[in-house]
Amino acid sequence: MSTKSKSIEKKTDFNQDERLKKVSKLRLLLNRPELGALGGAILVFIFFGIVAGDTGMFSAYGVLNFLDVSANLGIIAIAAAMLMIGGEFDLSIGSMIGFAGICIAIPAIYWGWPLWMSIIFAFSMAVLVGYFNGILVVRTGLPSFIVTLAMLFILRGATLALTRLITGRTQVPGLRVLIEDDPLAWIFATDTFKWVFTWLGSMNLIALRTDGTPLATGIPPSVIWFIALAIITTWILMKTRYGNWIFASGGDKNGANNVGVPVGRVKISLFIGTAVAATIFATIQVLDAGSADTMRGTLKELEAIAAAVVGGCLLTGGYGSAIGAAFGALIFGTVSMGIFYTDVDTDWFKVFLGAMMLIAVIFNNYIRRKVTESK
Amino acid sequence: MSEYLVQFNNISKFFGKVIALKDVTMKLKKGEIMCLLGDNGAGKSTLIKTLAGVHKPDEGEIIVEGNKTIFDSPKDALDMGIATVYQDLALVSLMSVTRNFFMGREPMKGPPFFKTFDIEKANKIAAERMGQIGIDVRDPSQAVGTMSGGERQCLAISRAIYFGAKVLVLDEPTSALGVHQASVVLKYIVKAASQGLAVILITHNVHHAYPVGNSFTVLNRGKSLGTYAKKDITREKLLSMMAGGEELNKLEVELQEMNRSSAN
Repeated sequence: MSTKSKSIEKKTDFNQDERLKKVSKLRLLLNRPELGALGGAILVFIFFGIVAGDTGMFSAYGVLNFLDVSANLGIIAIAAAMLMIGGEFDLSIGSMIGFAGICIAIPAIYWGWPLWMSIIFAFSMAVLVGYFNGILVVRTGLPSFIVTLAMLFILRGATLALTRLITGRTQVPGLRVLIEDDPLAWIFATDTFKWVFTWLGSMNLIALRTDGTPLATGIPPSVIWFIALAIITTWILMKTRYGNWIFASGGDKNGANNVGVPVGRVKISLFIGTAVAATIFATIQVLDAGSADTMRGTLKELEAIAAAVVGGCLLTGGYGSAIGAAFGALIFGTVSMGIFYTDVDTDWFKVFLGAMMLIAVIFNNYIRRKVTESK
Repeated sequence: MSEYLVQFNNISKFFGKVIALKDVTMKLKKGEIMCLLGDNGAGKSTLIKTLAGVHKPDEGEIIVEGNKTIFDSPKDALDMGIATVYQDLALVSLMSVTRNFFMGREPMKGPPFFKTFDIEKANKIAAERMGQIGIDVRDPSQAVGTMSGGERQCLAISRAIYFGAKVLVLDEPTSALGVHQASVVLKYIVKAASQGLAVILITHNVHHAYPVGNSFTVLNRGKSLGTYAKKDITREKLLSMMAGGEELNKLEVELQEMNRSSAN
């Protein structure tokens, strides 16, 4: 081996390959899965800049508002994208959100657990649900679409039945008083960079309430979680061995197995990822609202998948990006909030969502053909 | 140390009542290309899987570099330096050349617990290795899907060699390729052998096998019809030894008769 590699070093240095320069920057960019979502996000901002530029949508309060909505969706969309790159779906994300919310609220309110313990309990349940989804898909070889569709009903049903059994109702309020002084809850419930907003308010740069405090008080926790997750998952995909295994597992399960990639373990870990992301979503929302609702998160799994698809994920796996899903979520969040600032009836949002997804799928399909076609 | 790099002695494999392989013997020296010829159903697939460690032989012994061994899993075979390149090549067409080359065996850098995939090093090695075969990878981050069938085959072989293969088992490497592509792959196989690897080339195409092989083993209905050095056998003889040979002769006669009758 060593003698061979020495003889290679005499060959040309590939970093200086003159033909590389002929590949234009644009062409390289076209090969990136998140291009469509990035372009879409820019278009959306230009559109609302023109239509709603003078309405307050782009005031500090307005921006934080649509960022918050985008970030909440983004947290689950990123996890869904990772799983889709790994070649599987998780339709139980929405139900997991409702289930996780109840897992926090019932122990905290009815069993007298400290809030931090309830939160840890919810995350433990998420790991169990994710593991169960994963092991079922990997062991049986059934399509994850079916397995997690079953889990969608099971989890939602169990959430409803258990909550009614224990509490006699479908909502569990009263959490807000527990947040203060809790050693864990602040991670999911604190607005950050408050001083920036206080300062901006004192300079009269942003809108104030009548009592002189700024209308926008700080960056909501969802936005911080969203940005952190986007960075971490992108780093995982691009820069780690595990990231390569995710692409390989989704691209060709058998091929990956044959060269020693632990496909089963990779997929199970990704299922745990979506369930945990759903629980982060649920924790933030439950602590923000101060109550848990059994119906929370309904249909969120489809929005997450839609955002991942707009972000460049192929439904067949092996291709996509986490940052693309983040842009996808940003598009949906911005439009769903921005539509209030226009004269358009908000009922049209779903039409937009569907059309956007359709365009994305057609675009992605074209890109995939481009990427895989033979010379 | 035995003169053979690897020996498969009297290998038999049964599936219930079915005798898939019976007393197949193959011995390879360093630098030797042995072509394993057989028609469909001759037992080629079973033999490949036995060589690769997927099946355990029911009879016979495997001797690698003089040591008798048993393969409990494909990983065992790989660890002993016996690398099998299957027809599906274990390549992901949506992934880049580099990511495919190092799939499952990524080079790492950085401190413990913070190790990252050293993509620059991987790109460099992949481009160098492909360049060595004469395949210009302009950009090692391009998807494998953009490569031709022959280039993909070469990539899979090159990867096996890079990761320390001593014996290459190639399953029909030329079956899906055109004439030019096939010759590129065959050329590369000869080159690999000249660097000291032993190659078992499994094929049903005598025309691809004959020019490159040093010896030929013909498999028919699970049994070896013997191993012949190149000087001892002609291409035509090999062709007729494979079950197809006789049948092709028969077909030729029948076609001639049909022509004659339709001419009348």
